[in-house]
Amino acid sequence: MNTILDIKNLVKTFKSGGKTLTVLNDVSFSVPEGSTLSIVGPSGSGKTTLLGLCAGLDHASSGFVELNYVNLGKLNEDKLAQIRNKFVGFIFQNFQLLPTLTALENVMVPLELRGERNIRPRALELMDKVGLADRGHHYPSQLSGGEQQRVALARAFSNQPVILFADEPTGNLDAETSEKIETLLFDLNKEAGTTLVIVTHNADLAARTQRIIRLKGGSIVSDEQVN
Amino acid sequence: MDRKRIKFKKRLGFLWLCKMAWRDSRKNRSRLFLFISSIIFGIAAIVAIYSFRHNLQKDVDEQAATLIGADLVVRGNDSMSAGSKMIFDTIGDRRSTERTFASMAYFPKDSGTRLVQVRALGGDFPYYGSIETTPVKAGYSFRNGREAVVDKTLMLQFNAKVGDSIKLGEVSFLITGSLDKAPGQTGLTSSVAPVVFIPLQYLEQTGLTKTGSRINYNYYYKYDKPVDIKAVVDKIQPLLGREGMNYDTIETEKDNIGRFFADLTRFLALVGFIALLLGCVGVASSIHVYVQEKISSIAIMRCLGARASQAFLIYLVQITAIGLIGSLTGAALGVFIQRVLPIVFKDFLPFEITVSISWPAIGQGLALGLIISLLFALLPLIATRKISPLNALRISDASNSFIRDPYAWLVYALIVLFVTGFTYLQLGYWMPSIFFTTGIIVAFLILTAIAFILMWVIRFVIRSSWSYLWRQGFANLYRPNNQTIILIVAIGLGANFICTLSFIQDMIIKRITLSASGNQPNMVVYDIQAQQEKSLVSFTQQRNLPIIQRVPIVTIRLQEINGKTSRDVKNDTTLHYSRWAYNSEYRVTYRDYLTESEKLTSGKWIGKSDTANKYIPVSLEERFAKSVPIKLGDSLLFNVQGMMVPAVVKSLRDVDWNRIQTNFRVLFPTGVLEDAPQFHVLLTRVPSKEASASYQQAVVRNFPNVSIIDLQLVLAVLDDVLSRIRYVIHFMAGFSIITGIIVLISSVRISKYRRIEEAVLLRTLGASRRQILTIATLEYFFLGALSALTGILIAIAGSWFLAKYQFKLPFDPDFLPAVIIFLIIVIITVAIGLFNSREVLNKPPLEVLRAEVE
Repeated sequence: MNTILDIKNLVKTFKSGGKTLTVLNDVSFSVPEGSTLSIVGPSGSGKTTLLGLCAGLDHASSGFVELNYVNLGKLNEDKLAQIRNKFVGFIFQNFQLLPTLTALENVMVPLELRGERNIRPRALELMDKVGLADRGHHYPSQLSGGEQQRVALARAFSNQPVILFADEPTGNLDAETSEKIETLLFDLNKEAGTTLVIVTHNADLAARTQRIIRLKGGSIVSDEQVN
Repeated sequence: MDRKRIKFKKRLGFLWLCKMAWRDSRKNRSRLFLFISSIIFGIAAIVAIYSFRHNLQKDVDEQAATLIGADLVVRGNDSMSAGSKMIFDTIGDRRSTERTFASMAYFPKDSGTRLVQVRALGGDFPYYGSIETTPVKAGYSFRNGREAVVDKTLMLQFNAKVGDSIKLGEVSFLITGSLDKAPGQTGLTSSVAPVVFIPLQYLEQTGLTKTGSRINYNYYYKYDKPVDIKAVVDKIQPLLGREGMNYDTIETEKDNIGRFFADLTRFLALVGFIALLLGCVGVASSIHVYVQEKISSIAIMRCLGARASQAFLIYLVQITAIGLIGSLTGAALGVFIQRVLPIVFKDFLPFEITVSISWPAIGQGLALGLIISLLFALLPLIATRKISPLNALRISDASNSFIRDPYAWLVYALIVLFVTGFTYLQLGYWMPSIFFTTGIIVAFLILTAIAFILMWVIRFVIRSSWSYLWRQGFANLYRPNNQTIILIVAIGLGANFICTLSFIQDMIIKRITLSASGNQPNMVVYDIQAQQEKSLVSFTQQRNLPIIQRVPIVTIRLQEINGKTSRDVKNDTTLHYSRWAYNSEYRVTYRDYLTESEKLTSGKWIGKSDTANKYIPVSLEERFAKSVPIKLGDSLLFNVQGMMVPAVVKSLRDVDWNRIQTNFRVLFPTGVLEDAPQFHVLLTRVPSKEASASYQQAVVRNFPNVSIIDLQLVLAVLDDVLSRIRYVIHFMAGFSIITGIIVLISSVRISKYRRIEEAVLLRTLGASRRQILTIATLEYFFLGALSALTGILIAIAGSWFLAKYQFKLPFDPDFLPAVIIFLIIVIITVAIGLFNSREVLNKPPLEVLRAEVE
């Protein structure tokens, strides 16, 4: 199986109060195409920082990140943005829909950024898949938390990403809604054959992925195949 | 996947940017319009003034002929020599002669007297336009008999009617019409010296043209066929120089009026520009807050693959569009205000102004509005380039690197360049433009520094023993998301501008009023002939009026400066003596003392001399000496009515021209000019209005050629003139005041979005209505008070500076208007702040949060 994400000797440090703080220390792993992976660990262990680096949201202090055969370390901000648009999908803990756009427009934005035409049918189809076909004209503030996350799911899959990063996708939802969102996430992922990387505290959610990487103090403490 | 397949696009997709800008604006339009509303009145002021200028220029071009009334006017202080007159009589197809002078008019019906401007007219002048009178025919027919046309306000003042008589010198004239308008006459000039037209043939009989009377001679020429007037003027130029006369043509009149009103409208445009700049501070602050709130949206877009430049351009397109709407609204308002300007300026204008839409003015206003709103919005907008997509995962501070951003400095430089450039376009000189821009920058910096200092001080003022509400209200002034700096800068600038105007105006008026009080003379009797002087003095003393000053006046000309004549100066370009110094007629006096209004600045004052001295020691007014230029020790040759008097400059004096009394540029010692032809001025003080009227009547009856200036009347006229100027200044300052209020409203409204979350949180935690209101009242009270106070303090410092160095006045302004301005600002700020809070109080917290925060 091809490797879609390759991380080698990743280090991320921050300057804080004159001191250097190491958030990630010599992290290495690779993710095969089409697989599912969860990154777990206590607060402050570096999970979100690792996700940001993998997705090309930030530059590493040292080490190597290759996403879909592209070395991200050599790219400037604008090129990273295009990489994200072409290959990456995102799901955030607090949904992060654009508040001034309707639900349907939120789903269309990644496709619009790619300069694609006739995107409305595809966006509507995705809205239908997440069960919100009739809510496309609503603004995020007019939707419940669960509905917002379903729109975010539709948006994440709209550009047919090769890899999807989810940061605590059910962290802001109740148990029942969380269950529905998780199911939807895994179903859509299975259907699209997308690689899925989830950062979570939720052990049940992590257990639904094929592999779990545990972080502690910025280093990998375990890397186990689950399913 | 094959890595060769990855290609990076460069295309920005302008249409998509516009679409996103449109989508993003949907939930923010009222807020965006609030931001941009700050510039509406500035643009309106500028469009109105530019339109006014455009129409004025057009009207001057069309009506210049009626302003001057003839093709050529020759003016002088003396009648032409017979030889010159023969030559001048060959000019033009039709000619008129006029003599004008100030004299006392006597209205027998109610025994009233008043200084007037007599215009004794012979011929058919004006050839363009007309002397507008009621009834109409009087404007022409008065020339045929012993008739007069009298200024309408003067008629009203003395309750005179057509059919009454007016006495000028020895002759009574029948009033056949009231004068509404004459060529070149403005409402203002007629209020200073109301005009009385009489026929020239009766002038001699009045006895007002004896030696000592100061008469201006005007000769009007009209060609019936088109003639090259410039060639005519070139031909007579040497003759004009010899006779000490000057001229005006329709073209020179156009230039003169055009220049005067260009200066006026430039000044007014600059005042409008200040209002616009004030508005831009509001725009910059509003956009800054707006961008802060958009950090999350921009970060999400970056995560989804939008480039930094795309995110930046989405908001740039949005601001451009809203700037255009603001400018269009301002321009439309300006077109409307333009209709009011001719009414505001009617007393200063010698003709009617037509009101029409000026497209160039609208175009300039739109361009200016667009450029300036973009420039000021760019400052906060460029920060969007630095917003990292990581903000979607966790918030980071995007403003940290702002100061180090070279683009921020580029925008600052562009703003400074633009302000300087625009000011230069208004003023036409670089140095004042640079001073103006520097002044604004300094005011901004001072206000910002004071805001920082106040915020720093407040931290130490707050005591833990205070109640929670007071601590919270105070702390809101320096906590994150505070509006202290921007409100102090925006409102402070507005308060500063308005208060400075008020202080300076008050000091000037006080100064003038002071000079008319106490034991200062309040009546100037002049044009007294030498043989009349003694009898007038005793006449005055008999009426128990003090003789405060007796001033002999001799008319002289300057023939040589250090041996150089006017001709030498003309032929030798290395000589820099001003030509006007030679061409002017000087009215000088002689005495052996200096008055209270004179201060010796250099040299030695010599009060006595005699004709045996080779050089007579004279004293010159310092500014006059500098402008020629003449130095201490320079030798001068004066022509005293035909006799050459050599003199040497022995001292220089600083003269306070603000005092209403006789002041002189050239002062002679006693013992030299006593026998020269001269007339006299007498200063006295009358105790009451009644005494003034009876004294004037008696003087006019016994000494008909003598003129009197009643300072009470002058003060009344001056007050009238000043109140009209004040009205114009207030009208223009009004734009700044309205802009200041809008900036205040928008700034406080914006703070609503920042404060609402915590107010809702407090409400959720159980804060009562009274507690929320108290916190809001305290915060906005201190904001309003600090802003207004800072602005007023700077206004006091600025007025002190202007009073001391520019107007040379003692600094004693009336602080009441400042107190009123302070209270108004505080009340408005608190009112708007409380208005903002009402939503939090009247709706469930969750509903408010959903509506406002999302």
